[in-house]
Amino acid sequence: MSGGVDSAVAAARIAEMGHDVTGVHLALSSNPRSYRTGARGCCTIEDSRDARRAADVIGIPFYVWDMAERFHHDVVEDFVSEYAAGRTPNPCLRCNEKIKFEAVLDRALALGFDAVATGHHARLSPDGVLRRSVDAGKDQSYVLGVLTREQLSHAMFPLGDSTKAEVREEAARRGLTVADKPDSHDICFIADGNTRAFLADRLGAAPGPIVDESGEVLGEHEGAYGFTVGQRHGLGLTRPAPDGRPRYVLSIEPVSNTVTVGPREALRVTSITAARPVWNGPGEPPAEPFACTVQLRAHGEVYGCRAQLSGDTLHIALDTPATGVAAGQAAVLYDDDVVLASATITASS
Amino acid sequence: MVYLDHAATTPMSPEALDAMTAELGRVGNASSLHAAGRRARRRVEESRETIAAALGARPSEVIFTSGGTEANNLVVKGLYWARRAADPRRTRVLVSAVEHHATLDPAQWLAESQGARVDLIPADEHGRVHPEALREAIGDDPGSVALVSMMWANNEVGTVQPVKALREVAAEHGIPFHTDAVQAVGQLPVTFEQSAMTISGHKVGGPMGVGVLLLARGVDPAPVLHGGGQERDVRSGTLDTPAIVGMAVAVDQAVARQEEQAKVLTELRDELIARVRAEVPDVILNGDPVDRLPGNAHFSFPGCEGDALLMLLDAKGIECSTGSACSAGVAQPSHVLLAMGADAVRARGSLRFTLGHTSTRQDVEALGNVIAGAVERARRAGVS
Repeated sequence: MSGGVDSAVAAARIAEMGHDVTGVHLALSSNPRSYRTGARGCCTIEDSRDARRAADVIGIPFYVWDMAERFHHDVVEDFVSEYAAGRTPNPCLRCNEKIKFEAVLDRALALGFDAVATGHHARLSPDGVLRRSVDAGKDQSYVLGVLTREQLSHAMFPLGDSTKAEVREEAARRGLTVADKPDSHDICFIADGNTRAFLADRLGAAPGPIVDESGEVLGEHEGAYGFTVGQRHGLGLTRPAPDGRPRYVLSIEPVSNTVTVGPREALRVTSITAARPVWNGPGEPPAEPFACTVQLRAHGEVYGCRAQLSGDTLHIALDTPATGVAAGQAAVLYDDDVVLASATITASS
Repeated sequence: MVYLDHAATTPMSPEALDAMTAELGRVGNASSLHAAGRRARRRVEESRETIAAALGARPSEVIFTSGGTEANNLVVKGLYWARRAADPRRTRVLVSAVEHHATLDPAQWLAESQGARVDLIPADEHGRVHPEALREAIGDDPGSVALVSMMWANNEVGTVQPVKALREVAAEHGIPFHTDAVQAVGQLPVTFEQSAMTISGHKVGGPMGVGVLLLARGVDPAPVLHGGGQERDVRSGTLDTPAIVGMAVAVDQAVARQEEQAKVLTELRDELIARVRAEVPDVILNGDPVDRLPGNAHFSFPGCEGDALLMLLDAKGIECSTGSACSAGVAQPSHVLLAMGADAVRARGSLRFTLGHTSTRQDVEALGNVIAGAVERARRAGVS
């Protein structure tokens, strides 16, 4: 229970279904003040108070579990080292994978609980298959796609059949004070929302060249980790491109500390390679290439594709080119609204 | 529900509840000059006399506060300010390493913002502070000590301190000696022979939100709260007549019944310890094995997190405490156990069970029936 409206309603619903429910708020920082405050946050003292009040109203026991060390190690440090390696991580996905459905789930199971329920907007069919929420705009199946079947078999997502508007309405009806609390956005552990400054604090200044596709140096950057493939703004280039068109980050090379930029067309990719695939869809993973759709970032576009699993690699051939495909993000495969598999993007061309 | 957390708060005695409830229905500010005010004042003064008599103090030595925390803040900060004002060399504050946060934190605040130097007097593995350690800390520079504060009995592990001997060490040098007796009253024979003593209402069967600082004649801390000049100008604020009346009844009863109560609780507590040891053979009893509060049993459960155990017991209707300080609900390893030489893992794997005037053999039985299962479960969850 983060202290937000979703987890409060999720808890209320499963309690009403007759489950023996205990509310748990995760303390993710040993110094709560260093994280976001107020409406934008997800891990402040105010949030833990909101979660406690929601548990009171629902009538369930409530505890705070200290996951600060695990969170720091598995999410924050991972976030920093991924950027340092020239990749673009998704910390929410990592938190689901390593904290909510590993550290918390393991502890809960050991203590005698059967499942972890969260306020994510996604559906889970009785056979343990993950599906998109009925609220397409709020769907969070992408950040849950990384969960294994084993993890999903101990998960409950009571909100998947409702829209966010319905959840807020229900919260108000139930007398939950968080009914009109604003949604949390961005990354909870970056207090001011400035990812580049957060990374610079931890990785230090590391100036290097910004080059075009031919290798010509166009400018200098303060650290390659401050860039994401597909990024257009904040390049700090004074010289316009010869054709006057905007330039985008095409690639980040951490060893030579080089950021390569170029025209939008050069961002287009049709072939994607991804590692550590997790097949959590129905049945066994097909041995042959198969047709499906793929989502390449949170709230991103969905592309038709042919995918093939071979060993520890997932190959994806897109039907139409995609732009801004960043290594480190997840590629989540869908069959209509059913999640089939996910893997971490390593390369694209 | 099996309530084994009397050190956190204990139910109000029916007599205290009656007295307080009756008073809540009456009007009158004890500082008003008219008849209603005089009536309230009379009730306050009668209560003051009752509490003084129960603890061997003079009525004029009783200062009503909002509770133990305020009383400790008043004496630690106020005596530091007053004594330093009288002699600027007096900047040292001597407190034991196992004090309650209501003493430690004001002392720490004095160090951080008021130029004080805090010397933490160490405790042994049972949480006991030795008079020699205090003597050593005072050293050859007694003129620099503003005050000494040592609790009568520890709220977490229950160890009873050699208060008399500690007080005598301070007295040798004419240094004011304060003791936090919040946990001691009603469980141990308590007599006011110090410079200052803290008592809390709700720990002895009275209401929450009221406490007393006993201040000997000639011990005059600078006030923390300024205002109407109530309570010898040391503690301003309208006197809470109903709470004071309730507290007086409770203190009177607790002291009158102390000897009998101690006998009953000691027997029950020893039964609890024996039962827990039988169910969980590798359990460690923390605190002094003999010289401890009659109602206190404090254990470390190897391989468990106290938080997890507490939750499992709570689910079985058994209410106890990890005995450690919380911020945003996250338990920090107890400073008391760390001061006793325990490592962080042992400190985090501990639980406090405390008995009081409503405790029964059935409570102990109920704990004995579920503790082994809970420990087994908590061990499966492990220590993070």
